[in-house]
Order: sequence, then C-alpha cells, then structure tokens
Amino acid sequence: MRLKLEPRPVASKWMGYASPLIAAGLTVIAAFILFGALGKNPLLALYTFAIQPLTSLYGLAELAIKATPLVLCALGLSVGFRGNVWNIGAEGQLTVGAICGGGVALWAFGNEGWWLLPAMIVAGALGGMAYGAIPAVLKNRFNANEILTSLMLTYVSIQFLGYLVTGPWRDPEGFNFPQTRLFDTEYGSLPILLEGTRLHAGVFLAVAAVIVIWVLMSRTFTGFQIEVGGQAPHAAAYAGYSQKRVVLLSFLIGGGLAGLAGLSEVAGSIGQLQPVISPGYGFAAIIVAFLGRLHPLGVLFASLLMSLMYIGGESLQMNLNLPLAVTGVFQGLLLFFVLGSDVLIRYRITLGSGRREAQV
Amino acid sequence: MADRQTPQLELSGITKAYPGTLANDNVDLTVLPGEIHALLGENGAGKSTLVKIIYGVVKADAGEMRWLGDRVTVNNPSEARALGIGMVFQHFNLFETLTVAENISLGLDEPHDIKTLSGEIITISERYGLPLNPARHVHALSVAERQRVEIIRCLVQNPKLLIMDEPTSVLTPQEVDSLFGTLRQLSKEGCSILYISHKLDEIQSLCDAATVLRMGKVTARCTPARETPRSLAEMMIGSALPTCKRASRAGKSETVFSLNGLSMVSSDPHGTDLKDITLELGRGEIVAIAGVTGNGQKEFLCALNGEQATADARMIEMLGEPIGKLGPKDRRMRGMAFVPEERLGRGAVPEMSLAMNALLTGYLRNLVRRGFTRTGHIRSFARDIREAFKVKAPDIDVEAKSLSGGNLQKFIIGREIMLDPKVLVLGFPTWGVDVGAAAAIHQAIIDLAARGTAILIVSEDLDELFEICDRIAVIAEGRLSPSKSTRTTNIEEVGMWMSGAFETGGHAHAS
Repeated sequence: MRLKLEPRPVASKWMGYASPLIAAGLTVIAAFILFGALGKNPLLALYTFAIQPLTSLYGLAELAIKATPLVLCALGLSVGFRGNVWNIGAEGQLTVGAICGGGVALWAFGNEGWWLLPAMIVAGALGGMAYGAIPAVLKNRFNANEILTSLMLTYVSIQFLGYLVTGPWRDPEGFNFPQTRLFDTEYGSLPILLEGTRLHAGVFLAVAAVIVIWVLMSRTFTGFQIEVGGQAPHAAAYAGYSQKRVVLLSFLIGGGLAGLAGLSEVAGSIGQLQPVISPGYGFAAIIVAFLGRLHPLGVLFASLLMSLMYIGGESLQMNLNLPLAVTGVFQGLLLFFVLGSDVLIRYRITLGSGRREAQV
Repeated sequence: MADRQTPQLELSGITKAYPGTLANDNVDLTVLPGEIHALLGENGAGKSTLVKIIYGVVKADAGEMRWLGDRVTVNNPSEARALGIGMVFQHFNLFETLTVAENISLGLDEPHDIKTLSGEIITISERYGLPLNPARHVHALSVAERQRVEIIRCLVQNPKLLIMDEPTSVLTPQEVDSLFGTLRQLSKEGCSILYISHKLDEIQSLCDAATVLRMGKVTARCTPARETPRSLAEMMIGSALPTCKRASRAGKSETVFSLNGLSMVSSDPHGTDLKDITLELGRGEIVAIAGVTGNGQKEFLCALNGEQATADARMIEMLGEPIGKLGPKDRRMRGMAFVPEERLGRGAVPEMSLAMNALLTGYLRNLVRRGFTRTGHIRSFARDIREAFKVKAPDIDVEAKSLSGGNLQKFIIGREIMLDPKVLVLGFPTWGVDVGAAAAIHQAIIDLAARGTAILIVSEDLDELFEICDRIAVIAEGRLSPSKSTRTTNIEEVGMWMSGAFETGGHAHAS
C-alpha cells in the first residue's frame, strides 16, 4: 500500500477562497496543542495571543502599524510572483529604502522645510527600486538566479546599514550609541493620526498601494503581460511580450514598495536609523503574499493576520513568559497549513498498491 | 487466415475512467495470430489508453484480457514483455549518449552481453530490412533510424504481438513503405501487429482488420480493404465528412513576403540550424513547407515570428521592407500573424479565459487604450471569434485548457485571422485536430487567401498540404528545397525531397 496524490477533475473554486480560513483554523488548533504542551492554559494563551491585542484602541493601532510594511512589501512581491519573478529580497530593498529616505532627513538637518517628508518618501521609493534593479539586471544580462542574488543582497544592505549607523551617520550627540540623529518631528516624520497611539500616516501609503496594484493587475495591459509571463512564458514570447521587461518591472515595483515600507518604518514608528529596523517584514511578506492568494485584497487581510501574530507574540512574552520565537513558529505553521490545503484542493489522496500503474 | 483460430489477444469489457472522462468504455478487441489489426480513431478516442492497458502501463478499472485463450493480468510492462508483447511508442525512449546496442540492452529484462547482443541486432536488422549499426550513438541517428532501434528492441525478445503507436508520423513516404515491408514480413512469420493510426490510406494498404473507437467506445469493426477512406473517416467521426473547396487561382501575383538566404544558428544546442532559405510568397498564395519533424521547423517558425532575430535584417522582407531584426510585436504591427505549433502554453495561456486569450495577440486591435485593457472590446472580440469559427465552448469565460484540441485550434486560428493579416504563418495547423475541425480550419485558410492574404503553412501532413496549397517546398536538415506547384509535383517527389535529396540553388530557386 502506498499513498498517492491524484489530481482532482475540477478544483473547487469555493475551497480556493476558503483555504486561507481553514489554514488559520488549523493553526489555532495547533496552537492549542502547543500551548497545552508548554504547560499553559491553552484558552488563556490563545486569548492573550489573538484577542487581547484587539481589545484596546492602542492595540488596534499597533495592528495597523505592523501591517503597513507587510502590506507594502507583500504587494510588490505578489506582482513579481504572478509574473514568475522570485524576489526574495524585499527585506534588503526595505533597508535601502530606509537608508535613502533617512539619509535625506539627516542631510537636511538644520534646514528642514515642508518639502522634507515628500522628498524622503520619493528617496525611499527610489532607493528600494534601485536596489531591486540590481538582481533584475543581473538576471536579464547574465541569467543569474534572482532568488539567490536578491537574497544575498539583503545581507549586504543590512551590513551597510550597520556600517552607517556605527560610522559616518552616528549621532554626534548620541553617547556612541549605534544610531543616527532623530529626524525632525515636524517636517521629517510621518504625522501621528490618532492621539494616544503610534498610528502614523504610513497606513495611507499602504491603502493607496493596495488600490494602485489592484488596478495594475486587473485593468492594465502591463498587468496582463506580467500574468502571461508568469503562467505561460512561451505564450508571452510568441505574442511579443518582453520577459526582460517583466523581470525589471516586477523588481522595480517590488523594490519601490519595499523601499516605501522601510521609509515608513523609520519616518513613522522609529524616528531615526538604527542597526535593526525590521523584525523580518520583508521575509514575512513572502508568506503574506501567498496567504493572500497574490491578490491585493487578500494581501491586505493576510497582512493584518500576520501583524496580529507579531503583536500576539509580544503579548505572550509579556504576559505569560513565553519566548518570542512563538511568533516564528506560528508563521511557519500557518504557511505549512496554507500550502497543505492548497495541495489538497487540487489533488486528492488515494491508497494504491505499489505495483499498480508502474511507469515505463 | 483460418477462421476459427484461437485469438492471440482478446479483450472484453475493458473500461478505464480518468477524472472527468471515460477513456475506454466496455471495449472488446480481438487480434488473431499473424494479423495486422488497425486501431482507428480520432485523437482522444481512447486508442492510447487501450494499448497502455494491454502493455501494463495503465490498469483497467474493469474488463478482462485473454492471451491465447488464457486469462491474464498484466501489472507492468515487464510482465507484458514476458508474455511476448512489444510496444513501439510514438515518442521514443532512447538515451542519446549511448550506443544502439547499449540502448537495446537497457530495454531487456535479463542481463545481456553487449557483444552477443550486437550480433543478434545485426542478424535481426538484416532479416527484416532494418539497416542499423549497433555501435553507433543514438544522437547521431535520424528519426527513422531511432524508430528502428525501438522496433529491434522489441524484436530481440521474439514478440508474439507488436504494438505500434502512430509509427509513420515521423517518416517520409519512402520510409513508410520500407516499414510496411518489415511489418508484413513479421505478420507472415506469425507475429500479430496492433497498428494505431488515423491515416486511412495506410490502414487500407496494410491492415487485415480494423476496430474503430469513438469517444472510448467501439463503434465499428471492419475489413479496411473493403472500405473507402471516406467511409472509414465517417466511422471515425460518426458523421458525414465535410469537404472544402478551393477556387483556382489566376496567374502570378505581387510578392508580399520573401526570405532571402535566411540562415540562423539554433538557440538550442540540439536544434537544427537554418541554412540559406530562400522563398517568395505572393498575394493570396498558399505555400506549403513540408518535411519530417525535427528538420528545422521549430527554428524556422521562431525566425518568422521574430522570437529570434536574423543576423541581417534583409533576410526577411515584407512588402519590400527588411523586418529580420524586428521582434514579434513590430512584425505584427506590420500585418503578420502567426499560429504556433503548440496550442497550450504558446498559442494560448491554458489557465486564462478565452476572452483573455483573445487579448494575447489581439492587443493591436484597439483592445488597449492608454495602457488600460478595454473589457467590453475584448469580450466582444472573443465572442466574434467564437461565433465566426464555430468554437464549441459554453462561453468566453471558460479556461483555454478546458477546450478540446480542435476547438482551441479553431479559436487560435480564428483570432489570428480576425486580425486581418497580410501574411499568416501557420505551424502544424491541424496536428492532433479531429477530422471535422481540420476541414473547418482548411476552409478558413482558403477563404483568407481568397481575400488576398499570403499564407505559409508548415506541416508534416502531405495530404493536407496537397489539398489546400498552391506551391510546396520541403525543409530537410535546415535547408529548403525549391518550391513547385502542387499540380506539377506529387507525393513521391516530395517524399524524395524530405529525405534531403534535392538541389538547393540558393538564390536561384525554381519558380
């Protein structure tokens, strides 16, 4: 006897939409077991993890703050993933966006004006785009695998940020702490939207990006070409769509949005450059993109869920003394269940004897 | 043949369901010893599934198989070979880097000494008129020689039943004749042959009996010699055969498209380089490029479409303008259209709707404005294609892959024709398409030519090419033969050309 995966005649469309919910449900069940095994009251732990953060205005604001960089990064990645362009380096593009946007704020020190914030946003986006263009050019010119190059460039950017904040850009009045000056609170920061919370105007960037990417993918010829390039590269070549253009465009969009995410982090929540500006948003965004079915609206909901995991993990650490690694475990579980449900939507498991249907 | 012989092979009630389709539905089949039995049917009729069941590759859901009267179950190909069943697949399973003898030894179930095996190969190849040197490497062999390797691989095991799946699709007419000689000799020596094909004239000249399948069911049994190609075709498609009409063309017309010494190195290291191809296409003319698959057709189509630019722009000219360096989009803008050899994945995106597939190459036909797609225009364009070319699809929102091969091909050809091209290039337009759809496609091509479009058809189906084309040329090993009017040449001459026997005059081509 052996287990076999057999394609289903028709994949249920309804189940396609339900599968992220099923995956979320299964993650909750797994969490229940996990908390029990750790000797905590599962109900209390689950409440602390998933409900408690949502019971206060402050918590809700935190949810939106953490979802913002995830939405931005995941939207950009989803465009590339649809076009079969595997940008794994959103974290690096985010970092470079933060460096460029932050760099403008530091350069303007003493001469700030109303123009500063727009200039920082533009610099952040351009920085991310430029950094994203590197793997794209390497792929188009030398056929270098973009998964490897974009991933490796992430570490380069993080080291570079470390060099800047400990070296040339270190705050001269900062007692040798590895961080830059604080950006100007009036002109060099994203304004706070809700008194008493940290919610900043970066959420508007995220919402605008959802709409723009939605229109791009569903209404424009460029979006169509990206989609064709991803689903059937030969058809794209036959019809005369340039795959190199798709690669470059995907990386520019992905890099630009990740750069915006980095800028929104440093100009919104953090207020300066420091060695660590992201708890891995750029990598978590890969999960978010797939969890959201590579669809802009799906990405928005998946980002909120992922954001809740970050906050819930912190909440568990504070209230129940659980390690922060719980967040990573949940991200992994969630991705596992999403991919698992996806496979079972398209295939069913059959039991067959090993001798049947031997292939030649 | 004696009448009350014990059948070599007897199948009864064979049923096999795949998700969504019933590939074989209660099929009975009897093959007598020494009989050449045709299994006839359109693509998707269930022929391949049935022979895979016989050869043990696929297990039937129901039904039984008798071998010389005894009930047997065949669980895998090696059990089939042990019984005495050999099979030559349509797609060869050979290792290019190994020699003929090594390849054959790999197909044997018991260990063999290569030297004795080589001797055996030579004996068999002489006895059955299958010239083959066992020491040669497979990558250096022609397609016909590779097929001989597959046949000899079966023959060294002394089969009692040899299954041949569409063996002639890769052969020139002369090679087909010599293959038939071999098969007749085998049959005289008592080996049964189950011959799968949809080429009716072959079945008539070769086979003693025929079983016709349609949509998984046996619909007729007959003696091919007593039928006509037309009656066989009607058994196969289950209805009267449509015919197409071609009005005779008057005189010469202005040249709209020309290839001037087109040479190109293939981007695929195992591909065929194009060498000095010269050809002219007149307004309203249909020109055929015949040839055995793998002689540069793929590269030729790539060069024409613009997926690979030529070294000199003047190698391809349209209306006197050099276009060799232009990409597919620029060539389309000048009035070219293409139907590629692969339908799913090249001519159409399998998982997109028909409407979106209409946009795939219809984008130059006001379906896009300022970068935005115009849903209404796209949908009405797709609907027009579906109606004008009688594409059987419930609506234009179904995925391209859900259509049958013939219907999808009608959609793709329809889309390209609706673009109203000045030059239309078609690669293997009716490959794997059922007889009814093929006739509709031929008629559409003829009608387009009557409106003045110059048409170039690359195909290996000589009957088709002779039926609808004005002139015919042959591509062999990347070179193009001179072209001749289809009225002044015949299948034999074209067959000679297909094996490479022609003078290329370079630029001095016959007109």
